[in-house]
Amino acid sequence: MTHQAPSLFDWNIVGPATVASFKKLDPRLMVRNPVMFVTLVGAVLTTVGAFTSPGERGFVAHLSIWLWFTVWFANFAEAVAEGRGKAQAATLRQARKETMARRLSDGREERVPATELQKGDTVVCEAGDIIPADGEVIEGIASVDEAAITGESAPVIRESGGDRSAVTGGTRVISDRIIVRVTMEKGHGFLDRMIAMVEGAKRQKTPNEIALTILLSALTLFFLLVTVTLKPFGLYAGTVFTMPVLVALLVCLIPTTIGALLSAIGISGIDRLIQRNVMATSGRAVEAAGDVDVLLLDKTGTITLGNRMATALIPAPGVAAEKLADAAQLASLADETPEGRSIVVLAKQRFQLRGREVAAPHARFVPFTAQTRMSGVDFSATDGQPARIIRKGAADAMRVYVDQQGGTFPSSVSQTVDEIAGQGGTPLVVVEGKKVLGVVQLKDVVKGGIKERFAQLRQMGIRTVMVTGDNARTAAAIAAEAGVDDFMAEATPENKLQRIRSEQANGHLVAMTGDGTNDAPALAQADVGVAMNTGTQAAREAGNMVDLDSNPTKLMEVVEIGKQLIMTRGALTTFSLSNDVAKYFAILPALFATLYAVQGARGPLAALDIMRLHSPESAILSAVIFNALIIVALIPLALRGIAYRPIGAAAILRRNLLIYGLGGVIAPFIGIKLIDLILAALHLV
Amino acid sequence: MNAMILIALIVGGTALLSWPLGRYMKWAMDPDVSQGLAAKCEQLFRFIGGRFVGEQQNPKQYLVSMLVFNVIMFVVSFGVMALQQHLPLNPDGQTAVEGSLIFNTAASFTCNTNLQHYSGESTFSYFTQLCALMWLQFVSAATGIAALTAMARALAGRKNMGNFVLDLQRGVFLVLLPLAIMVATLMVLGGMPMTLAGAAHATTLEGIEQTIARGPVAAFLTIKQLGTNGGGFFGPNCTHPFENPTFWTNALAMISIILIPMACVWMFGRIIGRMRHAAIVFGVMLAFLLVKSAGAVWFEQAPTQAFAGLPIEQNVGNLEGKELRFGAPEGSGPLWSVLTTSTSNGSVGAMHDSLNPLTGLTPMIGMWLNATFGGVGVGMINMFIYIVLAVFVAGMMVGRTPEYLSRRIEAREVKLAVIALFAHAFFILGGTAIFAATPWGQDTLNNTGAHGFSEMLYEFSSASANNGSGFEGLGDNTVPWNVATGIVMLLARFIPIILPLAIAGSLAAKNTTARSSGTLGVEDGTFGVMLVATIVFIGALTFFPVAALGPIAEHLQFMK
Repeated sequence: MTHQAPSLFDWNIVGPATVASFKKLDPRLMVRNPVMFVTLVGAVLTTVGAFTSPGERGFVAHLSIWLWFTVWFANFAEAVAEGRGKAQAATLRQARKETMARRLSDGREERVPATELQKGDTVVCEAGDIIPADGEVIEGIASVDEAAITGESAPVIRESGGDRSAVTGGTRVISDRIIVRVTMEKGHGFLDRMIAMVEGAKRQKTPNEIALTILLSALTLFFLLVTVTLKPFGLYAGTVFTMPVLVALLVCLIPTTIGALLSAIGISGIDRLIQRNVMATSGRAVEAAGDVDVLLLDKTGTITLGNRMATALIPAPGVAAEKLADAAQLASLADETPEGRSIVVLAKQRFQLRGREVAAPHARFVPFTAQTRMSGVDFSATDGQPARIIRKGAADAMRVYVDQQGGTFPSSVSQTVDEIAGQGGTPLVVVEGKKVLGVVQLKDVVKGGIKERFAQLRQMGIRTVMVTGDNARTAAAIAAEAGVDDFMAEATPENKLQRIRSEQANGHLVAMTGDGTNDAPALAQADVGVAMNTGTQAAREAGNMVDLDSNPTKLMEVVEIGKQLIMTRGALTTFSLSNDVAKYFAILPALFATLYAVQGARGPLAALDIMRLHSPESAILSAVIFNALIIVALIPLALRGIAYRPIGAAAILRRNLLIYGLGGVIAPFIGIKLIDLILAALHLV
Repeated sequence: MNAMILIALIVGGTALLSWPLGRYMKWAMDPDVSQGLAAKCEQLFRFIGGRFVGEQQNPKQYLVSMLVFNVIMFVVSFGVMALQQHLPLNPDGQTAVEGSLIFNTAASFTCNTNLQHYSGESTFSYFTQLCALMWLQFVSAATGIAALTAMARALAGRKNMGNFVLDLQRGVFLVLLPLAIMVATLMVLGGMPMTLAGAAHATTLEGIEQTIARGPVAAFLTIKQLGTNGGGFFGPNCTHPFENPTFWTNALAMISIILIPMACVWMFGRIIGRMRHAAIVFGVMLAFLLVKSAGAVWFEQAPTQAFAGLPIEQNVGNLEGKELRFGAPEGSGPLWSVLTTSTSNGSVGAMHDSLNPLTGLTPMIGMWLNATFGGVGVGMINMFIYIVLAVFVAGMMVGRTPEYLSRRIEAREVKLAVIALFAHAFFILGGTAIFAATPWGQDTLNNTGAHGFSEMLYEFSSASANNGSGFEGLGDNTVPWNVATGIVMLLARFIPIILPLAIAGSLAAKNTTARSSGTLGVEDGTFGVMLVATIVFIGALTFFPVAALGPIAEHLQFMK
């Protein structure tokens, strides 16, 4: 199972959402959203009006139907967003089915339901058992199938001690035996929190959402003032504006579009994280991700492919490159480390030297040891071939070795060694007998496209800091090649924490990834701490997000999702307000058409009807219908988020102002006119 | 054509003058008191202020000092007006004044509005004019400058806002008084009376006895313009020949109206240390000013409707209610009406009631938005409210928690900003609604229909914007008008000072965030556009219906 994005209108989601959106009409729930609550009150008032008002009953009834639709659409948007989370929660919940635990007490094993486990209990899990609760392996090693939460079918290793000791309740042991100490009681486990999160059950408004709700409520109050005062203004001018019409104007003006979609946007932000297999512990964390401007990235796995690879063969003076390649390959054939294999591959690529089957008794492989700090191969003389003794190793070790053999270490080779080290690589000197053949350059290979990615981040105003245990010289070279803005060499968990604190003191918001227990303080200190799922329980507790794929590169996507979330809110707020211009031009002429009129002629303000709408009733209805339909039309955008491009703040603002500001002014003029034409054609007004 | 040259010269010239003045005001209001002349002034002000000059104040203490002082201003001026018949300097024997008018006038001058429901020359003694009203014109303007200085200090990240009593003295003695003396001297040279002698009595050629009111006009007029007060010495304000004798005094008066409000923006920029941001804000304000001026002049090119259908040739636009001695009648009147309402000045140089309907709309727009340079000090404070909202929405659109000057705009700041903005709309629409629907308003109108509506709308807009100009045509010296506009003026003065200062204080207490290319810039044209859009949208969405019911309806009626 991977967390695929369900299609926008999957019937399995839309069906239950339709039902849920009726349940959400409960005023006690609606009052959480002041904009839609006012709309609900308007719908109730016009419904009453439809039954009690003397004339134009059909028109008021029509109006009230569309006001109810407006409210219902808003609930529907929220229900669909929640439904998408629920669909994912359902799969998770299957993993949480009742299990029996084998609890250890006083060294004896007893079977108890998993729900009875207490924090601190120890349980045994053997191949085939479901791990009953979140915990830490205290004894043994086992492979565990975590597909239930990660969607990844390949088993992972969990062992006591070290950084891979955390196990999650609901996952299954597929080999060996481990003893687990329970760290979380049932109901508070990782899986439970994940389910609660995706279902939006415990969703609380985030700080930005609260601030925006205040703005939207204030705008509602503004428009309430505008419409309520129209009544006495009408009396002054000798006209009675009826309640349903004023309600229609009010509902059109208040920011129903963003009001209806606000919670859907928030839920879908978390949802998009889940689709990328990242679990956030709160909506607040997602929002904070958008503000992050410093990324601490681990070098290994994020910036580089993870292992040093042979990238060049530099022969000593007077030695053919092919000869060096041949010797280097032979010396590495038995070397199963990634570095050794990369030498074999490089020789093959450059000189079509095939990896040969070289076996005893002719050959004797010399493995790497900490004492000799070199490895190689010895061939005994056979079939007319002379005996060969090939060694490869670090430069200083080889220099000593060559001296012992009575050879000389060429100065140009020394120079090459220094150059490679200066560029952040690792030089391996290859020697046959007492002759230095040349140098193999081992290098951290920077991931393809990562430099462009960092350039984009820079455009977004995000500084990248590479964190590595390498020495400063190596780190600087890789940092330059990868295009990061800064690096931290010889990093320890302590100075990582220190670095985060000092960045924050300078007003930066920091995101980082980590997996080890000693990463936990830094993860907790960071504004956004993404713990790797393969990490320890401590790390997973400390961070505010967990990446189920344990892919540190994803930090960048997390930041983008955070930005997208806030941008979508801003853009739809702008759109919602821009729409009001056209609505004024639809409804006010209809309202004021007969004002100050002389002897039955149209009043002067009828000239404001620049859309030339069919009739006052059709103008008002068209505006209300547009107002309702635009909510439905924008549900996909709210769920997907608006397109994000790393082009810098000013350019993004220009773009969004143009699309959602100017577009928001123009679109409803077209929409309202079209609806008016349709209403007139269908003789609905 | 003449009109456009006039706009360019007055507005452009003042904009140039405002730059050095802004620099000076930074020196005067927010000085480095460690040495030099600034240190000497500081010592002097501490001596004058005595024990009222305390230490540095936090936002709350600063606001309390300010409010206490404003209560004193109100009480003292109320007392002087109420007792004027017993006080000296009353050569023309002005008598007791009705209570609600005293309340209205005390409120009006305390809060820098200068809405006048009376004619000065026939109501108040010289003592009242000088010691109550003119004194208030100085200290109320200085209150505004002090408030802006305090707000800017907080936005610059200082934990303390300064000391109100010190700032008040700096505003009066270093900014307003020197400028007023310079301008008043020029005004006297331009032919304006400056005397304590009572009204002149003359016998005309026809043998009729005439009483010609006069007084210390130059002093009064100068601070009324410089301090965006606007209250005239005479009832007709700056259309009276003694309050505005010539083309030159007219031009100088217009410059005085916008000079300090313009300089306030630069002072703000210097205190917060972000001149590019100040330049963008200045540019936005200037754009509004130019569009409104050009619009007003353009709309005024049409002849007055009073002559519709009569065989009168009209080729210089609407001359009704204009003074020809100022020259360029089609430019001066409308330009003045825009300048005086863009700032919260409120002095008038032509009859606003007589402007063509759409020309009459432009002063109202000025008062509705109330941030095109605005009142001294408070104009920039009003603009700050719009900036907070623009930053909030624009900040979201760039995908970050919004921040202004490196500090986050969160729920509390948004809440305070919208309350301040809502109050303004509430006073105008709510007040007009009550008076339009009741005899309180209906019985005081000189016109019916759309024009009558405009008269009431204008009065409440003027009160809420602390402007003080009148559309006129309204019998406004009644108890309901006096009380209602008095209350509105007071609330509309202090709410938009207290809340923005509270926002600034709240921002100052926050940690700063670092700037990056992902941060919303407040120093580029894009932000300028965003700010314009925010102001236009909030203004239009709130006031379009009343604009339609008043001036637009009237205009469309004439078009038929």
